[in-house]
Amino acid sequence: MPPVSVGDWCLTTSIILIDRYLSRGGGKPASSVERSQVVTQGLRHYVKTRDQRTIGRRVCFLSVSSKTVLEMSRQRDQAVLKNKPDNTAFTQQRLPAWQPFLSAGYVLPTFFLLGLVFIAIGLGLYFTSNNVIEIELEYTGRSPNSSCHHCTKNDTKDCKCNIEFKVDKTLPGPVFMYYELVNFYQNHRKYGVSRDDDQLNGDLKYLKEPSEYCFPFRQDGQNRPIAPCGAIANSMFNDSFVLYKVNNSEISKVPLNSKGISWWTDYNVKFNNPKLDNGTDLKQAFEGTVKPHNWPRPAYELDTNPENNGFINEDFIVWMRTAALPTFRKLYRRIDDGLQPGKYLVEISYNYPVLSFNGQKRVTFSTISWMGGRNPFLGIAYLVCGSVSIVTGIIMLIVYIKYQGQNIRKVE
Amino acid sequence: MPLFGKDCTRSKLQEEERYLKANDRNFNTKFHYVNNRIKTSKYNIFTFLPINLFEQFQRIANAYFLFLLVLQFIPQISSLSWYTTVVPLMLVLLITAVKDAIDDYHRYRSDNQVNNREVTILKDGKLQRGKWMHVEVGDVIRMENNHFVTADMLLLSSSEPYGLTYIETAELDGETNLKVKQALTVTSDMGENTQALASFDGEVRCEAPNNRLDKFKGTLTYKENKYPLDNEKILLRGCTLRNTEWCYGLVIFAGQDSKLMQNSGLSAFKRTNIDRLMNILVLWIFGFLIVMCTVLAIGNSIWESQKGYYFQVYLPWDVDTPNASFSGFLMFWSYVIILNTVVPISLYVSIEVIRLGSSFYIDWDSKMYYPKKDTPALARTTTLTEELGQIQYIFSDKTGTLTQNIMIFNKCTINGKMYGNVHDLSGQRIDITAKTEKVDFSFNPMADPKFVFYDHSLLEAVKIGDPEVHEFFRLLSLCHTVMPEEKQKGILIYQAQSPDEGALVTAARNFGFVFLSRTPETITLVEMGKTVVYELLSILDFDNVRKRMSVVVRHPDGKLYLYCKGADTIVFERLSASSQQLRDITTTHLDEFAGDGLRTLALAYKELNKVYFTNWQERYQEASTSLENREELLSELYEEIEKDLTLLGATAVEDKLQDGVPQTIETLSKANIKIWVLTGDKQETAVNIGYACNMLNEDMKNIFIIDGNNSEEVCVELRKASAIMRKEDQTEISIKQLKKPTFIPEENVDGEYGLVISGDLLAYALEDMEIDFLKTACLCKTVICCRVTPLQKAQVIELVKKYKKAITLAIGDGANDVSMIKAAHIGVGISGEEGTQAVLSSDFSFAQFRYLQRLLLVHGRWSYFRMCRFLSYFFYKNFAFTFVHFWYGFFCGFSAQTVYDEWFITLYNLMYTSLPVLAMSLFDQDVNDRWSMAYPQLYEPGQFNRYFNKLVFVKCIIHGVYSSLVLFFIPYGALFEAVRDDGETVSDYQSFALIAQTCLLVAVTLQIALDTSFWTAINHFFIWGSLAVYFAITFTMYSNGMYLMFPTSFPFIGTARNALNQPHVWLTIFLSAVMCVLPIIIVRYLSAELRPTSIDKLQLKIRKIKTLPPKPVVRRLKRPSARRSAYAFAHQQGFGALITSGKNMRIRNINYKPSKTVV
Repeated sequence: MPPVSVGDWCLTTSIILIDRYLSRGGGKPASSVERSQVVTQGLRHYVKTRDQRTIGRRVCFLSVSSKTVLEMSRQRDQAVLKNKPDNTAFTQQRLPAWQPFLSAGYVLPTFFLLGLVFIAIGLGLYFTSNNVIEIELEYTGRSPNSSCHHCTKNDTKDCKCNIEFKVDKTLPGPVFMYYELVNFYQNHRKYGVSRDDDQLNGDLKYLKEPSEYCFPFRQDGQNRPIAPCGAIANSMFNDSFVLYKVNNSEISKVPLNSKGISWWTDYNVKFNNPKLDNGTDLKQAFEGTVKPHNWPRPAYELDTNPENNGFINEDFIVWMRTAALPTFRKLYRRIDDGLQPGKYLVEISYNYPVLSFNGQKRVTFSTISWMGGRNPFLGIAYLVCGSVSIVTGIIMLIVYIKYQGQNIRKVE
Repeated sequence: MPLFGKDCTRSKLQEEERYLKANDRNFNTKFHYVNNRIKTSKYNIFTFLPINLFEQFQRIANAYFLFLLVLQFIPQISSLSWYTTVVPLMLVLLITAVKDAIDDYHRYRSDNQVNNREVTILKDGKLQRGKWMHVEVGDVIRMENNHFVTADMLLLSSSEPYGLTYIETAELDGETNLKVKQALTVTSDMGENTQALASFDGEVRCEAPNNRLDKFKGTLTYKENKYPLDNEKILLRGCTLRNTEWCYGLVIFAGQDSKLMQNSGLSAFKRTNIDRLMNILVLWIFGFLIVMCTVLAIGNSIWESQKGYYFQVYLPWDVDTPNASFSGFLMFWSYVIILNTVVPISLYVSIEVIRLGSSFYIDWDSKMYYPKKDTPALARTTTLTEELGQIQYIFSDKTGTLTQNIMIFNKCTINGKMYGNVHDLSGQRIDITAKTEKVDFSFNPMADPKFVFYDHSLLEAVKIGDPEVHEFFRLLSLCHTVMPEEKQKGILIYQAQSPDEGALVTAARNFGFVFLSRTPETITLVEMGKTVVYELLSILDFDNVRKRMSVVVRHPDGKLYLYCKGADTIVFERLSASSQQLRDITTTHLDEFAGDGLRTLALAYKELNKVYFTNWQERYQEASTSLENREELLSELYEEIEKDLTLLGATAVEDKLQDGVPQTIETLSKANIKIWVLTGDKQETAVNIGYACNMLNEDMKNIFIIDGNNSEEVCVELRKASAIMRKEDQTEISIKQLKKPTFIPEENVDGEYGLVISGDLLAYALEDMEIDFLKTACLCKTVICCRVTPLQKAQVIELVKKYKKAITLAIGDGANDVSMIKAAHIGVGISGEEGTQAVLSSDFSFAQFRYLQRLLLVHGRWSYFRMCRFLSYFFYKNFAFTFVHFWYGFFCGFSAQTVYDEWFITLYNLMYTSLPVLAMSLFDQDVNDRWSMAYPQLYEPGQFNRYFNKLVFVKCIIHGVYSSLVLFFIPYGALFEAVRDDGETVSDYQSFALIAQTCLLVAVTLQIALDTSFWTAINHFFIWGSLAVYFAITFTMYSNGMYLMFPTSFPFIGTARNALNQPHVWLTIFLSAVMCVLPIIIVRYLSAELRPTSIDKLQLKIRKIKTLPPKPVVRRLKRPSARRSAYAFAHQQGFGALITSGKNMRIRNINYKPSKTVV
């Protein structure tokens, strides 16, 4: 029977005819499958013999393809059962799924493999860390023997002290010079919020009206805004270091590079100097503000290099990236050529008081590996973790062998 | 202020007596009786917002978050930005509000539908159409056949003679047989006369609204006469008018005061077991939180005095912080804010979402869809799904729930030949299927087309005129109390008091003995096409002692016959000696019927000597008028005449069970669920069904049938039963009251026992000896309570809830089940029939009892399993998240500094971790549905709260603490004085925060990956997607653009780029994530190896065989039982007296015109 396009009337009629045939004059309507079977068997014959009177219907029926009848028939079935839930994998919770299972076949090899990998990583990290050379010099001056002890007296101003140290093995460049503070709570919540990022970003409005968070370092006694405001800026570390190489009582200055010691994003995006429209210099931009109370000079005069002044002074930026822990290290300078073996002397301008809160100050020289500075922790942690996982792997293997038989018992 | 005043008076004044006047609204308004409007919805458009918010803030977690919000606006305390609290809170409130609104709208709609049903009210002397809700106390209402009774009312008059009205109380007590109510003669005389009815000004004084369905006391004062009113004159709301063209009634109790509404009890808000546990746990968490905050606050005080005081050079104290202790006090509150994440606000919303999901699964399940009625399963309450996995007791109604309430004449034995089985050509008995050819009754134009019989030989026997067969069917068509009704010409309808009788008379009708009509003195049959009138001389009616009924009729040829039908044992005692041989054959047949679970009835007859009968009849008249010993005299007379009977045969009627009921009950009892049947039906029927469902069987050691006449006897019986079961000495049973324990532990006895108790005795048991009753009942495998009222059903459930602390489920289909459905933790209604009250008050509904096993064993078990997995993980991830702050406190001067970025805190629960766990809780399956059904014992962990309890919670805390230690100290160690590979520092606060939060997120994502045991594509998408989204959002928020737009909101600029390009940062993340997960794998692996649970074993088995379990074989349960159950008549006296008095004979009004108001 070729498919011929016919109206709904014809379709419906055909279905009624089929149903009538199938149910022999009563009972329930036929299912779509039954109907299609009848159609494929060639119903011509049945229709002719059964319903002589309705020629019009018969013609109709003959013109309908089995496929259309089937389709139509399905629609009718659905119409009857309108509340029938959809039979999809999702609604019937039969979605295809992967069902992992903690069986010995997976768990035991995983533990052994993981153990080996961890030990390998651990060894790598440990040796890398050990290859890093670090020289740490404490100069707080708490003990009277310390060379900086004299600077801890209250009345000394512009105090300087020297610390000598020896390099036994070449420190290949670049060598990094850090200052380190101990017991200094840069991570105190109230300290950490005491800044105004809008102001530091060069926003002129906030330059004149710093955020409330900066309180009590927001305005000075005469209600003039402080720039940069807040406790962090106010407490900026202001010791400075000069490094000399001592060659048979002859002293030569080691060049220290202060460029690129802060994060690129901080220097280029986060911190910006306030700019006036007419492009005048920094001092004018800062006009109307006062320097933080502890600072000897205003922000626009921090460095002799005019490029390194204001909020984009790199030492300032480094300081403003507050530390996570009360013991922290901040990058001071870079020694690009490295340090040759020999005697060295650090001249310290001792300005920053830490003794009152039991703090410590250190200056550190360190080389760098692919994993940063010296830090044996991670290597040891990997080694421990790897060993533990191999040991537990063995225990689990024993358990597996011992109890294997029991679990094969049938579930009762 | 009338509205206000009305409410006040109603609530204050306890109504003691109801006083009303018919047709006088002005008079009745004085008493402020409620009208017929019912209201179960809570809100309207204007009250929604305030009431809903008020309700939501009653939830302790929401109120807590509001409190946090207030704290955050105090600058000295605020340790987090306001948005960290507001965003989740708003989201939670919004989702809950939308859900509540939708729920309430549905309630409103269903109320509306009932309230707007039409009713005909007699107002101002005219019949007017109105709505149900406008009906007031004192109104006179007209009702038509098949209508629901609008309110509780006094029957005034009806279309039937003597003011009789037939009602069906299926909605109230589950009985489908008709009941008769009769109006007072003074009122029934008014008939249909609207004038008279409108001027009716009777005054009714009666009891106040109450919930007793079977009692009513009051007086009607009319025309200065007083008439007593009792229950016989009252139509109750919820009944259906049957067989009565119309009737008039006076409304006495309307709306909420009606007995139906009073009986349905307060629809208390149901909480699940997990909800209750959660409330305790939230309190624990609060305690825990306070301890943590106190520790940190003390730490802060010490730190401030030891260090902070000296650190003031760089960080001066606030002006308003005079000393360290005060700073500690402030810090306490700051930490309350920081650590708020241990109190799970989003937990509740997530739980609701999961429950909603599992409810949808129930709605969608095509295996719980009943195509014959086009009824899908429906989770009407969406908040209870996981409790379906914890059911310990099921209380089931019988009629309509276990049985279809269809009686079918299935088999019979006549003169030693059995009919009803189908045999093939070789004589083998074959099972009856849909294809088996039915007997064609087309020879008989009056046959009932619905009647189906398969054995052709019986019809052939009728056609060839076998005299015994003819006598057999003649007996069936004569000996009964059925009322015929011919609504249209040729369409006969039988109104039987019990469905069994209807089945028998219908059978006789189809086999050519059509019971056509009856008058008090005659019965007209059409016997094989010939109309024959028999003279009915006497009806010896049924009662529970006699267990038989007889009629004496005079054949047209003048011979007198006594026809008797009754319980086989009773009838066999009264047979003549000649029937001895037949009796033996019939007994074997009866045994076979009993084995098939059929209800049997023996039939016998004898011819009476006219002289003897006349004599007997005189003595009978005398006896029935005697004032003393009337009962005894009558029963002696009955005994005298009902003897030397000739046995005809026996019938077997099937009380058709719903499909798969015995299998379902068997499966559920394998799942350690106890099933009690609470039915309003009589003991015989209930016990019989107990046998048919395999709840009672011959293998049981003992079945205790409690009887007794007073409280003491019942008590002794109960104690005796429990002593037998415990194998204790029975002599020491006393009636001494035991001390009331608060909890009755589970006891085990060897062997199976059954207990049957009926309602009047249950009343004693529930009043004085509930503990005894419960103890005894719980020792039994099966408990059947029969003749129980709706309230008693609820009381039994309350009893089990109270002393067993068990999760209960009630399943029923009628209005009489409403109270138990509401009392149980879970109420299930059988749907598919129109207007069933049970469904409306149920939590879940479906069309067939057998779906219960899928609901519990598949959906319930999964929901519980998923919910527990969800809770364990949810608590874990929040503890792991929050405790890191605690450890960090020791390194930041206890200053309430957060470890993570504030955005991370805001989004952690909302975005980064919500979807994977949600996907797990919606899709996870430990084993699939087929296995769940095949191994019902997997259901047990839910019953004992194994998957989530206080111990598991403590384990979650320990796991969380462990993870937080790893997640804090690994990054701490790795970042201590650390620098990047270009020498710049990476140990700054922002990098640390980023690394710690990334470690945390990777660890908890790995954990959910480990917990997920069923990885669909959606799980993959959500789990890996969440990680991807985290990195995407993090990089976006830490980008230049975001900073330049909102510098203060996104200060973490560049942190992600600068930290996450470091190899050692990744190694740190990897290490901490692995270290969080490894111990869990070890513990899980070892516990599965060393102490495997049933699910572990099954999973192992599934792995091995890699196929699905065999499909359950639907086998016909063949019981070896030889127990026979007597035919169940009506439980009360039959209609016999009514018939002989002729009261219920309709005077046909041929020119009956329907009233104009009828649509």
